[in-house]
Amino acid sequence: MTMTTIPVWHEIDGERVADSLHETCQKLNGDAGNVSLDFSLVRRIDPSALKALGELASWADEKSVKIALRAVNVDVYRVLKLMKLASRFSFVA
Amino acid sequence: MAESVAILGEERIAYLEGLVSQARAAAAVFTQYTQEDVDRIVKPMVLAGLEQAQYLAHLAIEETRLGVLEDKALKNMVATEFVYNYVKDKRTVGTIREFPERRLVEVAEPIGVIFSLLPITNPTSTVLFKCIMAIKTRNAVIFSPHPSAGRCCYEAVRIMYEAALKHGAPQGVFTCLESHNLEDNAYMMHHKDVGLIDATGGPGMVKAAYSSGKPALGVGPGNTPVYLEKTADLNMAVVDIITSKTFDNGTICASEQTVVIDDEIYDLVLKKFDDLGSHICNQKETELLSRTVIDPNTGFMQPLAVGQKATDIARMVGLKVAPKTKLLIAPIHGVGREHPLSVEKLFPVLAVYRAKSMDEALRVCVDVNRAGGLGHTAVVFSRNDEVIQKFSEVINAGRIIVNSPGSIGALGGVYNDMVPTFSFGCGTGGGNSTTDNVNVYNYLNIKRVARRTPAHMWFRIPDQIYFNLNAVENLGHFPSRSTVIITNPAMEQIGHVDVVRRYIPPQTLVHVSVIPDAEPDVKIVMQGVEALNFYKVDQIIALGGGSVIDAAKIMKLKYESPEADLEELAAPFLDMRKRVVQYPTEKASRARLIAISTTSGTGSEVTPFAVMTDKERGRKVTLADYSLSPDVAIVDPQFVISMPKGLTADTGVDCLTHALEAGVSIYASAYTDSNAMQAIRMVFKYLPIAYEHPQDEEARSMMHNAACIAAIAFSNASVGVNHALAHAFGARFGVAHGRANALMLPHVIAYNASVPTKFMPSPNQRGYTAHKKYAMMADLLGLGGHTIDEKVKNLITATEQLLDQLAIPRSIAELGISKEEFERAMPDLVKVAFDDPSGRSNPRMPLLSELVELFWSAYAGRDLAQAAVTSEKQSEKQRVDEWLCV
Repeated sequence: MTMTTIPVWHEIDGERVADSLHETCQKLNGDAGNVSLDFSLVRRIDPSALKALGELASWADEKSVKIALRAVNVDVYRVLKLMKLASRFSFVA
Repeated sequence: MAESVAILGEERIAYLEGLVSQARAAAAVFTQYTQEDVDRIVKPMVLAGLEQAQYLAHLAIEETRLGVLEDKALKNMVATEFVYNYVKDKRTVGTIREFPERRLVEVAEPIGVIFSLLPITNPTSTVLFKCIMAIKTRNAVIFSPHPSAGRCCYEAVRIMYEAALKHGAPQGVFTCLESHNLEDNAYMMHHKDVGLIDATGGPGMVKAAYSSGKPALGVGPGNTPVYLEKTADLNMAVVDIITSKTFDNGTICASEQTVVIDDEIYDLVLKKFDDLGSHICNQKETELLSRTVIDPNTGFMQPLAVGQKATDIARMVGLKVAPKTKLLIAPIHGVGREHPLSVEKLFPVLAVYRAKSMDEALRVCVDVNRAGGLGHTAVVFSRNDEVIQKFSEVINAGRIIVNSPGSIGALGGVYNDMVPTFSFGCGTGGGNSTTDNVNVYNYLNIKRVARRTPAHMWFRIPDQIYFNLNAVENLGHFPSRSTVIITNPAMEQIGHVDVVRRYIPPQTLVHVSVIPDAEPDVKIVMQGVEALNFYKVDQIIALGGGSVIDAAKIMKLKYESPEADLEELAAPFLDMRKRVVQYPTEKASRARLIAISTTSGTGSEVTPFAVMTDKERGRKVTLADYSLSPDVAIVDPQFVISMPKGLTADTGVDCLTHALEAGVSIYASAYTDSNAMQAIRMVFKYLPIAYEHPQDEEARSMMHNAACIAAIAFSNASVGVNHALAHAFGARFGVAHGRANALMLPHVIAYNASVPTKFMPSPNQRGYTAHKKYAMMADLLGLGGHTIDEKVKNLITATEQLLDQLAIPRSIAELGISKEEFERAMPDLVKVAFDDPSGRSNPRMPLLSELVELFWSAYAGRDLAQAAVTSEKQSEKQRVDEWLCV
């Protein structure tokens, strides 16, 4: 039997990525099996956003939540790859 | 690494890991920045550095107790202003350089995290310089200062970091190790997230950097020799040397160490030094100095002396010198451990050497250079360019500074147009990876984006070609004082020579040189050249088949360029445009070569090839160069009407092979295709008629033209594996070239029409086209067929039918060659065929195993050609299936 999960959708503010990620993290609870974060407004990330993403990934691991990042541009994707964070998320177009 | 981990302890490791982690994140984030983002950050950093230049100089002096405040401030300004002036317009993000004519673009890729070691001698200026470079190139840096320069370096990093951060640089882009030890450095140097080590410092540090296994920029000690040559501007030289050697009390490793002075000017130069505030040591003082400032155990300078004033050093040694003495000058008489002052001295002590000759001077400079200064810096003062050139050749230094001060000259941008730096690459001589004045391009991975560049092609043919019946009459258009007709006995017997003579202008002295009717050898060629020289010819007429025309081409070459080495000119090459051996262009004399062909096959009258036999060595020598092409070709069918049937068939098939192979060659072009296709059409139509009805003028004329047209095609597109096989087989078993070609032809078409096991690299081809070209040929011949496969099959069938019509044996077995004999010959056949240059323009790259298969197919004969298509198709399907993982 597979458990039904409700996908949760959040849009990340491109101007304040770290704060937006923190807020999202606070809103989420462990019941959400799948979380989709929309990065379409994010042009670039800074070290604080990176840190927030790292924390988010750790939280997701702990809660067995799968996080999908949507519409991540290739520059941001490359940063995640360099920081070895890319493997901790899934990416959707 | 394991040792340093053991020594460091968990807390320290956590601290170091934290630095790396910050730097890594900053470097990752930095990859998103544009050139404009970066440039917006660099300028305010430079201004901040300039503003704090004096303050940082104070800190450096206070902490290190080395150097001169004013000079340190100046260095800080050079490290900011001069470096900025160099880098400000440089592109360091995205596309940084374009070479449109080469279709090349260079794209910058940052390194990531750089671990940077800082020296005690130039601490703050090096920080300013490296920070600007790092931001300009989007890298993060972890600095590790010299233990005795930690505070000033930390402050310099802080100033740069704050300015950078304020203008948008990522957090953590610069960090600086606080109090640290060698184990910290070792840990960092081996850290997996450190991309590059930039080690500005002493030899130990540089060695450690290079030993880490990481990419490293390492600089190190110098020992700058100076040659003060007699033609130099002495006033300028002496001032420059004093300026340089006393700059920051001699702490720049590019500063002058030993000045080698020509005997004629030695006393005068020393007087000038003396006049300008230098103290010239006597022998006793020199000995005292040597013992004090150089460690007798190690042979290196004493650290206590580094960066100290001349007067302080004098006091240290116990010398009495004038209070304003700038420089201590110590005469030495050799280089090495017995002459302690011949080593590097980063303080205002300068060794001088009196040289009796330029040779001696250069020898001493070489010795100084090799006594610890390899790859670093050298200086020459001279007005004689030859001296400067010689000095530059014999000295191994990344920087040869001419008529300028060594230290400030090497920094670049002040006395010359070298790249400004505070990091001198010393090349392999210094154990470094570069001789550059290290700057932004050393902080980048430069990616080359190379677009496909189609090779330039050509279409070259003789200046004039006369064709059709009685074209020989055109000989009357070529005035000549002395002409030699090169021909063979048959041409004379059947009266062709007389025909030719008839049309040569009457005032011409005509001589006939008859050569044997066989491939020419060196002896025949040289006899011919003798005749050409004897008659001082200005025109050569070659009348005959391929052998005669080839002989005439080589005779002309040797006549015009007697020094030409035929063996060397026959050296193998892959691409005619890039060949190693060039044909001579200087001519001792000149002669026009008119080629009149008497067979319809080789097309030698228009080709740039000539083959001769080297009987002594038992091999063929093939010459290929467009300078061998005849100047004029006469394609007159009257000379081929009497060709025997067998020769008509063999030469006709040779012509067909030329056209078929040129058509599918990797060098085929629209220009050569038009000729190849036309020749194929003419051969299929007229060869059977010329064979059956030798007196048919139209057929003879068309076949004669077809041979010439096919030769034009292969002269510019080359041939293929069919010729490679035929050359090997023909030479081994004494089979005529055309016949050997015929035996291979259907099998080679089938082979080339199938999916290659290995493609031939060919920048001018868009995809594999051989099968389509064969299909085009089939269409041209009206052979029918709906698919490419059908058309190829029809072309093979038509070729086989043509060969049958010409009564050409269709298998090697039919020639009476036993299977055993053929099998024994196979290793040699394959080797020779593989080495044959013809194969290199074949559309498929022939594998050795495939050459074996082709030879055996030709041995078995007709049935296998069609079978080959089928089996090739099966194996093609199998290969495609495998590739698709079906």
